[in-house]
Amino acid sequence: MWQWFHKLGSPKWFFGIATRFMPWLLAGGILLLAAGLIWGLAFAPEDHRQGNSYRIIFIHVPSAFLAQSIYISMAVAAVVTLVWRMKLADVFVKAIAPVGLIFTFLSLFTGAVWGKPTWGTWWVWDARLTSMLILLFLYGGVIALDRAINDEKSAARAVAVLVLVGVVNIPIIKYSVDWWNTLHQPATFKLTEKPTMPMEMWLPLLLSVLGLYLLFGWLTCIRMKTEILIREQRTRWVRELVMAGGK
Amino acid sequence: MAFDSFSAFIVMEGHGPYVWACYAVFALLVAGLMIWSVKRHQSVIDACQRRYVHDAKNSRRPAHKASATFTRVEISQD
Repeated sequence: MWQWFHKLGSPKWFFGIATRFMPWLLAGGILLLAAGLIWGLAFAPEDHRQGNSYRIIFIHVPSAFLAQSIYISMAVAAVVTLVWRMKLADVFVKAIAPVGLIFTFLSLFTGAVWGKPTWGTWWVWDARLTSMLILLFLYGGVIALDRAINDEKSAARAVAVLVLVGVVNIPIIKYSVDWWNTLHQPATFKLTEKPTMPMEMWLPLLLSVLGLYLLFGWLTCIRMKTEILIREQRTRWVRELVMAGGK
Repeated sequence: MAFDSFSAFIVMEGHGPYVWACYAVFALLVAGLMIWSVKRHQSVIDACQRRYVHDAKNSRRPAHKASATFTRVEISQD
């Protein structure tokens, strides 16, 4: 177990593993996402209450899922950074914060466009929407703070603390639809319970969620590899790797 | 297929603009993020490569310089 933990902390080891997994993550991600989205757009039945506008769910829910899981994984990495000073954990946070920002924006944007035909408004200051907007600002804050501090170690520590402070927002997002009377519908997608929607809608949603997670895995690998190259460019293994073509 | 014709698929009973706008922005941002990440990775590799080549040239140059010599210098002690 500890040997594995130490191996995981080695940038060189991670670089090799990531390179090996990336083609599978990319192919699987594109395949599942395309299948889920085409199924959802063209073949899933129409919703009897919302009409065709509900088809936005096939990108809205996966984006929102990722927006939150990315933040949770960043919080775990922040703990690792603060407690064990593992370099790779900080590389992870730095590499995926912009990805989290994009998916948070996408879930807000698709939610707003979906809200117009369904609720009659682009935006309401209700608990779910507002807490997601705060998540967007948290991602922006993490990226800005990291860029503002030049010293790598102090930046890592400051970013980790900010990520951990912001993690209080995650349960607020999750339970906002239960705690407050919001316009947003309750969770459509729970792993622990039987789906409340018909199978022909639930399965394409499952495919697009899984596909987007795989694509996120691919993005994580390539972005972490870039960050590792920048940080380790003075080491001999990076030098040999780059001179051999960078694979 | 949930629609009778291709035009019905595009129009989606009036919800077309909302649905297609969402899918377009989603595709644009996700593909953009992926392409940006690949390009940035490649540009970092290129920059490293240039630096190593540059460093290799620079480190060879001092070898051509005359090495330091320790010749006796006569200094008057008066």
